[in-house]
Amino acid sequence: MKVTLKVNGRVCSADVEPRKTLLDAIREDLALVGSHAGCEHGVCGACTVLLEGEPVRSCLMFAVQADGYEITTIEGLAPAPGELSVVQDAFCETHGLQCGYCTSGMILTGHALLQRTPEPTREEIVEAISGNICRCTGYGQIVEAIEFAGERLRKANAPRGSKGVDANQPHVDLSAETDAPQEGVLKAAQADTPHGGRP
Amino acid sequence: MKPAPFEYVRPDSVAQACEMLAADEDARIIAGGQTLVPMLAMRLARAAKLIDIYRLPELNGIRVESDVLVIGATTRQVQVERSALAAQSTPLLAKALPWVGHPPTRNRGTVGGSVANADPSAEIPLVAVTLGAEIEITNPDGVTSMPADDFFIGPMLTSVMPGDCVTAVRFPIWRHARVGTAFHEVSARKSDFAFVAAAAQVALDDDGKCIAAALGIGGVGDRAVRLDLAKLLGETAGTAKLKDVVAEAATVLEPSSDLHVSATYRTRVAVTLGVRALEDAMTDARSSATQSNRGITQ
Ligand SMILES: Cc1cc2nc3c(=O)[nH]c(=O)nc-3n(C[C@@H](O)[C@H](O)[C@H](O)COP(=O)(O)OP(=O)(O)OC[C@H]3O[C@@H](n4cnc5c(N)ncnc54)[C@H](O)[C@@H]3O)c2cc1C
Ligand code: FES
Ligand code: FES
Repeated sequence: MKVTLKVNGRVCSADVEPRKTLLDAIREDLALVGSHAGCEHGVCGACTVLLEGEPVRSCLMFAVQADGYEITTIEGLAPAPGELSVVQDAFCETHGLQCGYCTSGMILTGHALLQRTPEPTREEIVEAISGNICRCTGYGQIVEAIEFAGERLRKANAPRGSKGVDANQPHVDLSAETDAPQEGVLKAAQADTPHGGRP
Repeated sequence: MKPAPFEYVRPDSVAQACEMLAADEDARIIAGGQTLVPMLAMRLARAAKLIDIYRLPELNGIRVESDVLVIGATTRQVQVERSALAAQSTPLLAKALPWVGHPPTRNRGTVGGSVANADPSAEIPLVAVTLGAEIEITNPDGVTSMPADDFFIGPMLTSVMPGDCVTAVRFPIWRHARVGTAFHEVSARKSDFAFVAAAAQVALDDDGKCIAAALGIGGVGDRAVRLDLAKLLGETAGTAKLKDVVAEAATVLEPSSDLHVSATYRTRVAVTLGVRALEDAMTDARSSATQSNRGITQ
Protein backbone atom coordinates (compact mmCIF):
# COMPACT_ATOMS: atom_id res chain seq x y z
CA MET A 1 0.00 0.00 0.00
CA LYS A 2 1.27 3.47 -0.87
CA VAL A 3 1.60 5.95 1.97
CA THR A 4 2.74 9.53 2.17
CA LEU A 5 4.73 10.15 5.32
CA LYS A 6 5.59 13.74 6.21
CA VAL A 7 8.64 13.23 8.36
CA ASN A 8 10.66 16.14 9.73
CA GLY A 9 9.18 18.48 7.13
CA ARG A 10 9.99 16.22 4.18
CA VAL A 11 7.32 14.42 2.23
CA CYS A 12 8.29 10.82 1.55
CA SER A 13 6.27 8.15 -0.18
CA ALA A 14 6.73 4.54 0.69
CA ASP A 15 5.15 1.31 -0.41
CA VAL A 16 4.47 -0.67 2.74
CA GLU A 17 2.50 -3.72 3.83
CA PRO A 18 -0.45 -2.65 6.01
CA ARG A 19 0.98 -4.67 8.90
CA LYS A 20 4.21 -2.69 8.97
CA THR A 21 4.36 -0.42 12.02
CA LEU A 22 5.21 3.24 11.68
CA LEU A 23 8.34 2.45 13.71
CA ASP A 24 9.55 -0.15 11.20
CA ALA A 25 8.71 2.11 8.25
CA ILE A 26 10.67 5.00 9.77
CA ARG A 27 13.66 2.80 10.53
CA GLU A 28 13.68 0.60 7.42
CA ASP A 29 12.06 2.58 4.62
CA LEU A 30 13.22 6.05 5.64
CA ALA A 31 16.49 4.89 7.27
CA LEU A 32 15.92 7.12 10.31
CA VAL A 33 17.19 4.86 13.05
CA GLY A 34 17.04 7.32 15.93
CA SER A 35 13.61 5.97 16.90
CA HIS A 36 14.35 2.78 18.81
CA ALA A 37 12.54 -0.56 18.95
CA GLY A 38 12.33 -1.64 22.59
CA CYS A 39 9.37 -3.76 23.53
CA GLU A 40 7.41 -3.27 20.29
CA HIS A 41 4.11 -3.58 22.14
CA GLY A 42 3.58 -0.20 23.74
CA VAL A 43 5.11 -0.34 27.21
CA CYS A 44 8.59 1.22 27.00
CA GLY A 45 8.39 4.46 24.99
CA ALA A 46 11.71 3.95 23.15
CA CYS A 47 9.87 4.32 19.83
CA THR A 48 8.22 7.69 20.68
CA VAL A 49 7.75 10.13 17.79
CA LEU A 50 5.70 13.31 17.60
CA LEU A 51 2.48 13.06 15.57
CA GLU A 52 1.14 16.55 14.87
CA GLY A 53 3.37 17.70 17.75
CA GLU A 54 2.15 15.22 20.37
CA PRO A 55 4.16 12.21 21.56
CA VAL A 56 2.84 8.83 20.43
CA ARG A 57 4.29 5.32 20.29
CA SER A 58 5.29 4.52 16.72
CA CYS A 59 5.17 0.77 17.47
CA LEU A 60 1.44 1.08 18.25
CA MET A 61 0.58 2.51 14.87
CA PHE A 62 0.68 1.05 11.42
CA ALA A 63 2.45 3.22 8.86
CA VAL A 64 -0.78 3.28 6.80
CA GLN A 65 -2.56 4.96 9.75
CA ALA A 66 0.02 7.77 9.74
CA ASP A 67 -0.66 8.65 6.10
CA GLY A 68 -0.60 12.42 5.68
CA TYR A 69 0.14 13.41 9.29
CA GLU A 70 3.12 15.56 10.31
CA ILE A 71 5.67 13.37 12.06
CA THR A 72 8.76 14.51 13.93
CA THR A 73 11.51 12.07 14.87
CA ILE A 74 14.58 12.77 16.97
CA GLU A 75 16.46 13.53 13.71
CA GLY A 76 14.11 16.49 13.18
CA LEU A 77 14.83 18.40 16.39
CA ALA A 78 18.29 19.84 15.79
CA PRO A 79 18.24 23.26 14.10
CA ALA A 80 21.09 22.37 11.72
CA PRO A 81 23.44 19.46 11.01
CA GLY A 82 26.00 19.09 13.79
CA GLU A 83 23.95 21.21 16.22
CA LEU A 84 21.73 20.23 19.11
CA SER A 85 18.32 21.54 20.14
CA VAL A 86 18.05 23.17 23.57
CA VAL A 87 16.48 20.03 25.02
CA GLN A 88 19.13 17.75 23.49
CA ASP A 89 21.86 20.02 24.82
CA ALA A 90 20.31 20.03 28.30
CA PHE A 91 20.36 16.19 28.32
CA CYS A 92 24.10 16.28 27.58
CA GLU A 93 24.82 18.82 30.27
CA THR A 94 22.89 17.18 33.08
CA HIS A 95 23.98 13.63 32.13
CA GLY A 96 20.39 12.80 31.23
CA LEU A 97 21.52 9.73 29.32
CA GLN A 98 23.81 6.75 29.65
CA CYS A 99 23.32 4.01 27.05
CA GLY A 100 21.01 6.26 25.03
CA TYR A 101 18.37 3.67 24.25
CA CYS A 102 15.50 5.60 25.86
CA THR A 103 16.94 9.00 25.01
CA SER A 104 15.26 9.85 21.72
CA GLY A 105 11.88 9.07 23.27
CA MET A 106 12.67 11.04 26.42
CA ILE A 107 13.85 14.09 24.48
CA LEU A 108 10.85 14.15 22.17
CA THR A 109 8.50 13.74 25.14
CA GLY A 110 10.29 16.54 27.02
CA HIS A 111 10.26 18.73 23.91
CA ALA A 112 6.48 18.29 23.44
CA LEU A 113 5.85 19.00 27.14
CA LEU A 114 7.82 22.26 27.02
CA GLN A 115 5.98 23.37 23.88
CA ARG A 116 2.65 23.08 25.70
CA THR A 117 3.74 23.86 29.28
CA PRO A 118 6.71 26.26 29.27
CA GLU A 119 7.13 26.12 33.05
CA PRO A 120 6.25 22.55 34.11
CA THR A 121 6.37 21.48 37.75
CA ARG A 122 8.47 18.47 38.70
CA GLU A 123 5.26 16.43 38.97
CA GLU A 124 4.20 17.43 35.47
CA ILE A 125 7.58 16.34 34.10
CA VAL A 126 7.40 13.02 35.92
CA GLU A 127 3.85 12.48 34.61
CA ALA A 128 4.88 13.38 31.04
CA ILE A 129 7.70 10.81 30.98
CA SER A 130 5.79 8.21 33.03
CA GLY A 131 5.33 6.08 29.93
CA ASN A 132 9.03 6.07 29.04
CA ILE A 133 11.24 3.48 30.68
CA CYS A 134 14.94 4.11 31.35
CA ARG A 135 17.06 1.25 32.63
CA CYS A 136 20.19 3.33 33.26
CA THR A 137 19.85 6.79 34.74
CA GLY A 138 17.34 6.34 37.55
CA TYR A 139 15.36 9.21 35.95
CA GLY A 140 16.73 11.94 38.27
CA GLN A 141 18.97 13.52 35.65
CA ILE A 142 16.31 13.17 32.96
CA VAL A 143 13.86 15.21 35.04
CA GLU A 144 16.66 17.67 35.74
CA ALA A 145 17.44 17.92 32.00
CA ILE A 146 13.86 18.81 31.14
CA GLU A 147 13.69 21.35 34.00
CA PHE A 148 16.96 22.88 32.81
CA ALA A 149 15.87 22.99 29.17
CA GLY A 150 12.63 24.68 30.22
CA GLU A 151 14.55 27.28 32.18
CA ARG A 152 16.79 28.03 29.20
CA LEU A 153 13.91 28.21 26.75
CA ARG A 154 12.01 30.59 29.02
CA LYS A 155 14.99 32.86 29.39
CA ALA A 156 15.74 32.76 25.68
CA ASN A 157 12.14 33.72 24.96
CA ALA A 158 11.85 36.45 27.62
CA PRO A 159 11.76 39.95 26.21
CA ARG A 160 14.99 41.81 26.86
CA GLY A 161 14.67 44.91 28.99
CA SER A 162 12.87 45.21 32.28
CA LYS A 163 10.15 47.72 31.34
CA GLY A 164 7.58 45.19 30.15
CA VAL A 165 5.57 45.65 27.00
CA ASP A 166 3.81 48.91 26.21
CA ALA A 167 1.95 48.73 22.93
CA ASN A 168 1.95 52.52 22.52
CA GLN A 169 5.72 52.84 22.70
CA PRO A 170 8.12 52.31 19.82
CA HIS A 171 9.11 48.71 19.38
CA VAL A 172 12.73 49.14 20.42
CA ASP A 173 13.33 49.31 24.17
CA LEU A 174 16.33 51.63 24.50
CA SER A 175 16.99 50.61 28.08
CA ALA A 176 17.51 47.01 27.00
CA GLU A 177 21.16 47.50 26.35
CA THR A 178 21.90 48.48 29.93
CA ASP A 179 19.50 46.35 31.91
CA ALA A 180 19.04 43.20 29.83
CA PRO A 181 18.94 40.17 32.14
CA GLN A 182 22.31 38.50 31.88
CA GLU A 183 21.23 35.45 33.83
CA GLY A 184 20.65 32.43 31.65
CA VAL A 185 22.37 33.86 28.60
CA LEU A 186 25.26 31.47 28.20
CA LYS A 187 28.63 32.61 27.01
CA ALA A 188 30.47 30.20 24.73
CA ALA A 189 32.91 29.05 27.41
CA GLN A 190 30.21 28.52 30.00
CA ALA A 191 28.35 26.21 27.71
CA ASP A 192 31.17 23.72 28.03
CA THR A 193 31.22 23.66 31.82
CA PRO A 194 29.01 21.27 33.78
CA HIS A 195 25.47 22.54 34.24
CA GLY A 196 26.30 25.53 32.06
CA GLY A 197 28.34 26.96 34.92
CA ARG A 198 25.48 26.83 37.38
CA PRO A 199 26.41 26.01 40.97
CA MET B 1 6.76 -7.39 11.09
CA LYS B 2 5.00 -9.08 13.95
CA PRO B 3 1.27 -9.22 13.13
CA ALA B 4 -0.14 -11.63 10.55
CA PRO B 5 -1.03 -9.99 7.22
CA PHE B 6 -4.34 -8.13 6.89
CA GLU B 7 -6.06 -5.75 4.53
CA TYR B 8 -6.50 -2.12 5.63
CA VAL B 9 -9.38 0.16 4.67
CA ARG B 10 -10.45 3.66 5.65
CA PRO B 11 -14.19 4.10 5.06
CA ASP B 12 -15.66 7.56 4.39
CA SER B 13 -18.62 7.27 6.74
CA VAL B 14 -19.97 5.31 9.68
CA ALA B 15 -22.60 3.78 7.41
CA GLN B 16 -19.90 2.49 5.08
CA ALA B 17 -17.86 1.17 8.02
CA CYS B 18 -20.88 -0.77 9.30
CA GLU B 19 -21.55 -2.26 5.87
CA MET B 20 -17.94 -3.40 5.61
CA LEU B 21 -18.10 -4.89 9.09
CA ALA B 22 -21.33 -6.72 8.40
CA ALA B 23 -20.02 -8.06 5.07
CA ASP B 24 -16.92 -9.75 6.49
CA GLU B 25 -16.92 -11.61 9.78
CA ASP B 26 -13.13 -11.49 10.00
CA ALA B 27 -13.12 -7.70 9.69
CA ARG B 28 -12.43 -5.62 12.76
CA ILE B 29 -12.58 -1.97 13.71
CA ILE B 30 -9.35 -0.21 14.55
CA ALA B 31 -9.66 3.08 16.43
CA GLY B 32 -6.63 4.33 18.40
CA GLY B 33 -4.95 0.94 18.12
CA GLN B 34 -3.48 1.22 21.62
CA THR B 35 -4.88 -2.17 22.57
CA LEU B 36 -5.48 -3.78 19.17
CA VAL B 37 -1.98 -3.22 17.73
CA PRO B 38 -0.14 -4.98 20.58
CA MET B 39 -2.77 -7.76 20.51
CA LEU B 40 -2.13 -8.24 16.79
CA ALA B 41 1.64 -8.02 17.32
CA MET B 42 1.53 -10.72 20.00
CA ARG B 43 -0.92 -12.66 17.82
CA LEU B 44 -3.50 -12.70 20.58
CA ALA B 45 -5.87 -11.21 18.02
CA ARG B 46 -6.21 -11.72 14.27
CA ALA B 47 -8.13 -9.87 11.63
CA ALA B 48 -8.42 -10.37 7.87
CA LYS B 49 -9.38 -6.72 7.44
CA LEU B 50 -8.91 -3.64 9.62
CA ILE B 51 -11.51 -0.91 9.22
CA ASP B 52 -9.97 2.36 10.39
CA ILE B 53 -12.64 4.67 11.83
CA TYR B 54 -10.18 7.02 13.56
CA ARG B 55 -10.49 9.91 11.10
CA LEU B 56 -14.27 9.93 10.64
CA PRO B 57 -15.20 13.50 11.65
CA GLU B 58 -18.78 12.50 12.55
CA LEU B 59 -17.42 10.31 15.39
CA ASN B 60 -15.16 12.91 17.00
CA GLY B 61 -16.40 15.50 19.45
CA ILE B 62 -17.64 16.39 22.93
CA ARG B 63 -20.98 18.16 23.34
CA VAL B 64 -23.77 18.66 25.87
CA GLU B 65 -27.33 17.69 24.92
CA SER B 66 -29.62 18.87 27.75
CA ASP B 67 -28.60 16.63 30.71
CA VAL B 68 -26.14 14.42 28.86
CA LEU B 69 -22.49 14.79 27.92
CA VAL B 70 -22.11 13.08 24.54
CA ILE B 71 -18.64 11.91 23.57
CA GLY B 72 -18.12 10.63 20.03
CA ALA B 73 -16.48 7.20 19.85
CA THR B 74 -13.19 8.27 18.26
CA THR B 75 -12.71 11.28 20.52
CA ARG B 76 -9.19 10.83 21.78
CA GLN B 77 -8.75 10.37 25.52
CA VAL B 78 -6.50 13.44 25.64
CA GLN B 79 -9.31 15.58 24.20
CA VAL B 80 -11.54 14.65 27.14
CA GLU B 81 -8.67 15.17 29.58
CA ARG B 82 -8.21 18.74 28.31
CA SER B 83 -11.90 19.53 27.82
CA ALA B 84 -13.32 22.27 30.06
CA LEU B 85 -16.82 21.13 29.07
CA ALA B 86 -16.14 17.59 30.32
CA ALA B 87 -14.53 18.85 33.55
CA GLN B 88 -17.53 21.04 34.25
CA SER B 89 -20.34 18.65 33.37
CA THR B 90 -18.90 15.23 34.33
CA PRO B 91 -16.06 15.94 36.75
CA LEU B 92 -15.85 12.24 37.68
CA LEU B 93 -14.83 11.36 34.12
CA ALA B 94 -12.28 14.19 34.13
CA LYS B 95 -10.78 12.87 37.38
CA ALA B 96 -10.54 9.32 36.01
CA LEU B 97 -8.83 10.21 32.73
CA PRO B 98 -5.30 10.90 33.99
CA TRP B 99 -5.32 7.27 35.21
CA VAL B 100 -5.94 5.86 31.71
CA GLY B 101 -2.54 4.65 30.47
CA HIS B 102 0.19 7.21 29.84
CA PRO B 103 0.12 10.58 28.06
CA PRO B 104 1.30 9.07 24.72
CA THR B 105 -1.35 6.30 24.82
CA ARG B 106 -4.00 8.91 25.66
CA ASN B 107 -2.91 10.92 22.62
CA ARG B 108 -4.04 8.08 20.34
CA GLY B 109 -6.41 5.95 22.45
CA THR B 110 -10.11 6.72 22.04
CA VAL B 111 -13.08 6.77 24.41
CA GLY B 112 -15.08 4.38 22.22
CA GLY B 113 -12.11 2.02 21.89
CA SER B 114 -11.72 1.81 25.65
CA VAL B 115 -15.43 1.08 26.08
CA ALA B 116 -15.53 -1.48 23.23
CA ASN B 117 -12.43 -3.16 24.60
CA ALA B 118 -14.08 -3.69 28.04
CA ASP B 119 -10.99 -4.37 30.10
CA PRO B 120 -12.23 -5.15 33.65
CA SER B 121 -9.85 -2.59 35.15
CA ALA B 122 -10.29 0.16 32.54
CA GLU B 123 -11.28 3.52 34.01
CA ILE B 124 -13.65 4.86 31.32
CA PRO B 125 -15.93 1.78 31.46
CA LEU B 126 -15.87 2.11 35.27
CA VAL B 127 -17.11 5.70 35.12
CA ALA B 128 -19.71 4.68 32.50
CA VAL B 129 -21.07 1.97 34.82
CA THR B 130 -20.92 4.22 37.91
CA LEU B 131 -22.88 7.05 36.29
CA GLY B 132 -25.21 4.80 34.29
CA ALA B 133 -23.99 6.03 30.89
CA GLU B 134 -25.66 4.90 27.67
CA ILE B 135 -23.58 3.32 24.91
CA GLU B 136 -24.73 4.31 21.42
CA ILE B 137 -24.31 1.61 18.79
CA THR B 138 -24.75 1.94 15.02
CA ASN B 139 -25.20 -1.02 12.67
CA PRO B 140 -26.65 -1.46 9.18
CA ASP B 141 -30.17 -1.46 10.74
CA GLY B 142 -29.77 1.95 12.39
CA VAL B 143 -28.79 3.49 15.72
CA THR B 144 -29.60 1.96 19.11
CA SER B 145 -28.36 2.57 22.58
CA MET B 146 -28.09 0.53 25.76
CA PRO B 147 -27.17 1.16 29.40
CA ALA B 148 -23.51 0.54 30.27
CA ASP B 149 -24.67 -2.06 32.77
CA ASP B 150 -26.14 -4.20 29.97
CA PHE B 151 -23.32 -3.43 27.55
CA PHE B 152 -20.46 -4.84 29.64
CA ILE B 153 -20.58 -8.62 30.05
CA GLY B 154 -17.14 -9.80 31.11
CA PRO B 155 -13.41 -9.37 30.43
CA MET B 156 -13.09 -8.04 26.84
CA LEU B 157 -16.68 -9.12 26.31
CA THR B 158 -19.55 -6.75 25.44
CA SER B 159 -22.96 -6.86 23.79
CA VAL B 160 -21.41 -5.60 20.53
CA MET B 161 -22.57 -7.88 17.69
CA PRO B 162 -20.87 -8.40 14.32
CA GLY B 163 -21.60 -5.30 12.22
CA ASP B 164 -21.96 -3.07 15.29
CA CYS B 165 -19.91 0.07 15.72
CA VAL B 166 -19.90 1.96 19.02
CA THR B 167 -20.56 5.53 17.89
CA ALA B 168 -20.88 7.51 21.15
CA VAL B 169 -20.95 7.30 24.92
CA ARG B 170 -23.58 9.38 26.70
CA PHE B 171 -22.76 10.33 30.29
CA PRO B 172 -25.62 11.74 32.41
CA ILE B 173 -24.95 15.15 34.00
CA TRP B 174 -26.11 15.65 37.60
CA ARG B 175 -27.75 19.04 37.96
CA HIS B 176 -28.02 19.13 41.80
CA ALA B 177 -26.69 22.24 43.55
CA ARG B 178 -24.02 20.34 45.51
CA VAL B 179 -22.31 17.56 43.61
CA GLY B 180 -18.96 16.07 44.60
CA THR B 181 -16.75 13.44 42.97
CA ALA B 182 -13.63 11.42 43.74
CA PHE B 183 -11.57 8.77 41.97
CA HIS B 184 -9.02 6.49 43.63
CA GLU B 185 -6.91 3.68 42.25
CA VAL B 186 -4.24 1.22 43.35
CA SER B 187 -1.88 -0.06 40.63
CA ALA B 188 1.74 -1.21 40.40
CA ARG B 189 2.83 2.10 38.86
CA LYS B 190 0.73 5.20 38.23
CA SER B 191 -1.08 4.69 34.90
CA ASP B 192 -0.71 0.91 34.82
CA PHE B 193 -3.88 -1.13 34.85
CA ALA B 194 -5.71 -0.88 38.18
CA PHE B 195 -5.68 -3.72 40.73
CA VAL B 196 -8.66 -1.90 42.21
CA ALA B 197 -10.26 1.44 41.28
CA ALA B 198 -13.12 3.28 42.97
CA ALA B 199 -15.23 6.07 41.44
CA ALA B 200 -17.72 7.99 43.58
CA GLN B 201 -20.23 10.75 42.91
CA VAL B 202 -22.63 12.18 45.52
CA ALA B 203 -25.17 14.98 45.73
CA LEU B 204 -26.03 16.63 49.07
CA ASP B 205 -28.99 18.81 50.07
CA ASP B 206 -28.67 22.10 51.99
CA ASP B 207 -28.46 20.24 55.31
CA GLY B 208 -25.62 18.04 54.07
CA LYS B 209 -27.89 15.01 53.69
CA CYS B 210 -27.20 12.64 50.83
CA ILE B 211 -29.79 12.87 48.04
CA ALA B 212 -28.00 10.82 45.41
CA ALA B 213 -24.92 8.59 45.55
CA ALA B 214 -23.08 6.35 43.12
CA LEU B 215 -20.03 4.20 43.78
CA GLY B 216 -18.40 1.98 41.16
CA ILE B 217 -15.58 -0.52 41.69
CA GLY B 218 -13.30 -1.60 38.84
CA GLY B 219 -10.52 -4.16 38.49
CA VAL B 220 -11.95 -6.54 41.06
CA GLY B 221 -14.00 -9.02 39.04
CA ASP B 222 -14.94 -9.66 35.43
CA ARG B 223 -16.23 -6.12 34.88
CA ALA B 224 -16.86 -2.84 36.69
CA VAL B 225 -19.71 -2.99 39.21
CA ARG B 226 -21.92 -0.28 40.68
CA LEU B 227 -22.66 -0.88 44.38
CA ASP B 228 -26.04 -0.36 46.02
CA LEU B 229 -25.96 2.76 48.23
CA ALA B 230 -29.70 3.11 48.92
CA LYS B 231 -28.94 3.05 52.66
CA LEU B 232 -27.04 6.33 52.40
CA LEU B 233 -29.96 8.33 51.04
CA GLY B 234 -31.34 10.88 53.50
CA GLU B 235 -28.31 10.38 55.78
CA THR B 236 -25.52 12.72 56.85
CA ALA B 237 -23.24 9.74 56.64
CA GLY B 238 -20.09 9.70 58.80
CA THR B 239 -17.14 7.38 58.30
CA ALA B 240 -18.57 4.56 60.43
CA LYS B 241 -21.83 4.52 58.50
CA LEU B 242 -19.99 4.65 55.16
CA LYS B 243 -17.82 1.70 56.19
CA ASP B 244 -20.89 -0.36 57.10
CA VAL B 245 -22.78 0.46 53.92
CA VAL B 246 -19.81 -0.10 51.58
CA ALA B 247 -18.72 -3.33 53.30
CA GLU B 248 -22.24 -4.73 53.00
CA ALA B 249 -22.67 -3.58 49.40
CA ALA B 250 -19.25 -5.01 48.46
CA THR B 251 -20.41 -8.56 49.19
CA VAL B 252 -21.72 -8.65 45.59
CA LEU B 253 -18.15 -8.35 44.24
CA GLU B 254 -16.64 -11.50 42.79
CA PRO B 255 -12.92 -10.82 43.15
CA SER B 256 -10.28 -12.81 41.29
CA SER B 257 -6.67 -13.60 42.20
CA ASP B 258 -3.82 -13.14 39.75
CA LEU B 259 -0.05 -12.90 39.52
CA HIS B 260 -0.06 -9.54 41.28
CA VAL B 261 -2.64 -9.61 44.06
CA SER B 262 -5.01 -12.03 45.78
CA ALA B 263 -8.80 -11.95 45.83
CA THR B 264 -8.78 -11.17 49.58
CA TYR B 265 -6.52 -8.17 48.99
CA ARG B 266 -8.78 -6.95 46.20
CA THR B 267 -11.86 -7.08 48.42
CA ARG B 268 -10.15 -5.24 51.29
CA VAL B 269 -8.79 -2.54 49.01
CA ALA B 270 -12.16 -2.20 47.25
CA VAL B 271 -13.88 -1.41 50.57
CA THR B 272 -11.12 0.95 51.73
CA LEU B 273 -10.98 2.84 48.43
CA GLY B 274 -14.78 2.88 48.18
CA VAL B 275 -15.12 4.52 51.61
CA ARG B 276 -12.30 6.95 50.84
CA ALA B 277 -13.82 7.92 47.51
CA LEU B 278 -17.25 8.53 49.09
CA GLU B 279 -15.74 10.60 51.94
CA ASP B 280 -13.75 12.70 49.47
CA ALA B 281 -16.75 13.11 47.18
CA MET B 282 -18.80 14.41 50.15
CA THR B 283 -16.08 16.87 51.12
CA ASP B 284 -15.94 17.94 47.48
CA ALA B 285 -19.74 18.39 47.42
CA ARG B 286 -19.64 20.57 50.55
CA SER B 287 -16.90 22.79 49.12
CA SER B 288 -18.63 23.03 45.73
CA ALA B 289 -21.66 24.42 47.62
CA THR B 290 -19.61 27.08 49.41
CA GLN B 291 -18.08 28.04 46.07
CA SER B 292 -21.43 28.51 44.38
CA ASN B 293 -22.76 30.47 47.41
CA ARG B 294 -19.78 32.75 47.15
CA GLY B 295 -20.55 33.15 43.47
CA ILE B 296 -24.06 34.35 44.29
CA THR B 297 -23.18 36.82 47.08
CA GLN B 298 -20.32 38.52 45.28
C1 LIG C 1 1.20 0.81 27.96
C2 LIG C 1 -0.30 0.88 27.97
C3 LIG C 1 -0.96 1.14 29.16
C4 LIG C 1 -2.35 1.23 29.20
N1 LIG C 1 -2.96 1.47 30.39
C5 LIG C 1 -4.31 1.59 30.44
C6 LIG C 1 -4.98 1.88 31.67
O1 LIG C 1 -4.36 2.06 32.72
N2 LIG C 1 -6.34 1.97 31.65
C7 LIG C 1 -7.07 1.79 30.50
O2 LIG C 1 -8.28 1.90 30.56
N3 LIG C 1 -6.47 1.52 29.33
C8 LIG C 1 -5.11 1.41 29.27
N4 LIG C 1 -4.51 1.11 28.06
C9 LIG C 1 -5.36 0.86 26.89
C10 LIG C 1 -5.85 2.15 26.29
O3 LIG C 1 -4.75 2.95 25.99
C11 LIG C 1 -6.60 2.00 24.97
O4 LIG C 1 -6.72 3.29 24.45
C12 LIG C 1 -7.99 1.47 24.96
O5 LIG C 1 -8.14 0.30 25.69
C13 LIG C 1 -8.44 1.13 23.54
O6 LIG C 1 -8.71 2.26 22.80
P1 LIG C 1 -8.22 2.39 21.29
O7 LIG C 1 -8.93 3.55 20.74
O8 LIG C 1 -6.76 2.40 21.23
O9 LIG C 1 -8.84 1.07 20.64
P2 LIG C 1 -8.23 -0.01 19.63
O10 LIG C 1 -6.97 -0.59 20.17
O11 LIG C 1 -8.19 0.54 18.27
O12 LIG C 1 -9.39 -1.10 19.71
C14 LIG C 1 -9.60 -1.91 20.85
C15 LIG C 1 -10.73 -2.92 20.58
O13 LIG C 1 -11.97 -2.24 20.49
C16 LIG C 1 -12.56 -2.41 19.20
N5 LIG C 1 -13.13 -1.09 18.86
C17 LIG C 1 -12.48 0.11 18.89
N6 LIG C 1 -13.32 1.12 18.62
C18 LIG C 1 -14.54 0.57 18.41
C19 LIG C 1 -15.84 1.09 18.10
N7 LIG C 1 -16.04 2.41 17.96
N8 LIG C 1 -16.86 0.22 17.97
C20 LIG C 1 -16.68 -1.11 18.12
N9 LIG C 1 -15.48 -1.67 18.43
C21 LIG C 1 -14.42 -0.85 18.56
C22 LIG C 1 -11.45 -2.88 18.29
O14 LIG C 1 -11.93 -3.69 17.26
C23 LIG C 1 -10.57 -3.66 19.25
O15 LIG C 1 -11.07 -4.94 19.43
C24 LIG C 1 -3.11 1.03 28.00
C25 LIG C 1 -2.45 0.78 26.80
C26 LIG C 1 -1.06 0.71 26.75
C27 LIG C 1 -0.37 0.44 25.46
S1 FES D 1 8.99 -0.02 21.34
FE1 FES D 1 7.20 1.14 21.27
S2 FES D 1 6.70 1.34 23.34
FE2 FES D 1 8.36 -0.04 23.42
S1 FES E 1 19.92 5.83 29.14
FE1 FES E 1 19.92 3.69 28.98
S2 FES E 1 17.82 3.27 28.98
FE2 FES E 1 17.83 5.35 29.47
